[in-house]
Amino acid sequence: MTQNLEKLPKGSFERITVDTKQAERITKPSVSFWQDAWMRLKKNKGAIVSIILFGLIVIMSFVGPMISPYEPNAQTITHANLPPKIPGIEKLGIMDGTGSLGGKEVDLYDMKNVEVNYWFGTDGLGRDMFSRVWKGTQVSLFIAFVAAAIDMFIGVIYGGISGYFGGRIDDIMQRVVEILTGIPNLVVVILFILIMDPGILAIIIALTITGWTGMSRVVRGQVLKYKSQEFVLASRTLGASDSRIIWKHLMPNVLGIIIINTMFTIPGAIFFEAFLSFIGLGLQAPDASLGTLINDGYKLLQYQPHILAFPAVLLSIIMICFNLIGDGLRDALDPKMKD
Amino acid sequence: MARYIGKRLIYMVITLALIATFTFFLMKILPGSPIASADKLSPEQRAVVEARYGLDEPLPVQYFDYMFGLLKGDLGISINQFKGANVTDLIISRMGPSAQIGFQGMVLGTILGILLGMIAALRQNSWIDYSSTLVAIIGISIPSFVFASLLQYWFGLKLEWFPVALWKDGFMSSVLPSIALAMFPLATAARFIRTEMIEVLGSDYITLAKAKGASGSEIAFKHAIRNALIPLITVLGPMAVGILTGSLVVEQIFAIPGIGEQFVKSIMVNDFSIIMGTTIFFSVFLIIVILIVDILYGVIDPRIRLSGGKN
Repeated sequence: MTQNLEKLPKGSFERITVDTKQAERITKPSVSFWQDAWMRLKKNKGAIVSIILFGLIVIMSFVGPMISPYEPNAQTITHANLPPKIPGIEKLGIMDGTGSLGGKEVDLYDMKNVEVNYWFGTDGLGRDMFSRVWKGTQVSLFIAFVAAAIDMFIGVIYGGISGYFGGRIDDIMQRVVEILTGIPNLVVVILFILIMDPGILAIIIALTITGWTGMSRVVRGQVLKYKSQEFVLASRTLGASDSRIIWKHLMPNVLGIIIINTMFTIPGAIFFEAFLSFIGLGLQAPDASLGTLINDGYKLLQYQPHILAFPAVLLSIIMICFNLIGDGLRDALDPKMKD
Repeated sequence: MARYIGKRLIYMVITLALIATFTFFLMKILPGSPIASADKLSPEQRAVVEARYGLDEPLPVQYFDYMFGLLKGDLGISINQFKGANVTDLIISRMGPSAQIGFQGMVLGTILGILLGMIAALRQNSWIDYSSTLVAIIGISIPSFVFASLLQYWFGLKLEWFPVALWKDGFMSSVLPSIALAMFPLATAARFIRTEMIEVLGSDYITLAKAKGASGSEIAFKHAIRNALIPLITVLGPMAVGILTGSLVVEQIFAIPGIGEQFVKSIMVNDFSIIMGTTIFFSVFLIIVILIVDILYGVIDPRIRLSGGKN
């Protein structure tokens, strides 16, 4: 073999030099924390499907009441209790406007001489369920988002101050939180709803009055963990002010966990709103949320199951989506916390 | 430990006193009168009725009367729903059905949840694991009242396997409500046990057990599940809260003569002594459950030091 080497034509090989300076070069493009989290989230099929599905539901909650030819609260008594009828799908034998009347399956649209189609049917007062369901979704989501935002706002500030300044302030603030968290959420919410005029505002206040304590505990824990680390010490040594340390060094580290926590508060708020409406403490007629629609539908379950079906399915889908998005975000933003 | 329990007990008393005070004053500013058809009464008649329930006395007197009554376990008198009945007696008389469906739901849910979580962990990333995760997500997401309505519709109305509502057929009446309540503990336990089991299965002593030739079921039941079960105690508190919240609507749906159903009814008719009494009863119940859970956790798992290592 060694002799043959000389027979090789010159120029077949080229001498390369190893540049030792290049050995430490980073070959992959640098990935920021958020890009990394996004890449992890993209791999989670359940979370991605949920985000898309939830996006569609949000769009429909605004578009739905508009594309329906009927107002959510408009009553047409002669069109009461109609089952769903969607042109096109009716040929498949479902949603064709038939319902049982006296034990027989009849086309109620023919019987009542209704020319128009109600996609999700109508309720006991002849209101269009399609526009009511989407309007209700809009209201439920609004309550949940506002409540979650307020919880986040108060919780972050309270927990941040308590954790960052520590000492006597922390002691007092934590005793207050300990007592507040001792009061069952259910009790607080019901009591506050009772003394306020029922409505969206009352529900939001009732949900947030002690709801922020969970967020404040999480934020405090995180701030305590990070504020004693070296990078904060270094920054302080270099003369950084408190506000710079909080916004520049602590906030980016705590942000992930704030987002995760908020993602789990939202389904909780949606549940509580629906729960309050179901026991009669929610919005008052004619306003509708998913909870009040489910409550109305439940009363007619035996005869008109469609009135319960649509809001119940929608509420369940929203809850499942949020739990899956929350799980996905937790795994993506905080791999250590993965369960 | 004693110091920790003492501290917790003091907090418990403060919290309860605060809840009772809040509830009392909130009820006083509640819109609407608790006296039935108050508008139709003449001022004299009204004064007589108010005097009967002690509503004519100054607020501080009413407040201290109420607080001292509480110390003796007296929750006051129902005003319009059950005229003159003692609230403590009313709550006690309704405890049976609530306790039964709550207990059955909790036991059923926890046991099924543990089994589901165990199977999922032992067959990680198989279809069993995925379907168990799906069941857990659905159980956490679908509100109990939706689930209860569905159960009532299918198993009560359509299939007629169980009574649709009311509390007349003993155990059979309690089946559907218990299942409806079991969903939340089931889902919580399944998720929790799966995580814990996976962690325990990866630990050294399981490897040792495997090396010694222990069979799969022996490892799962004799070695792994015991340690995986300990942290489950921490979610018993949230589970109890879930059961209690659920019972308000589930009792309403299945027309069960329990505390929850009575509570919702008194909200409708402004019977503030029942609202107050039930609120305080619920608070005491939940606070005690959470205290017991915390203490149990410290007793069972000596690695947890509640009082910061100073006991």
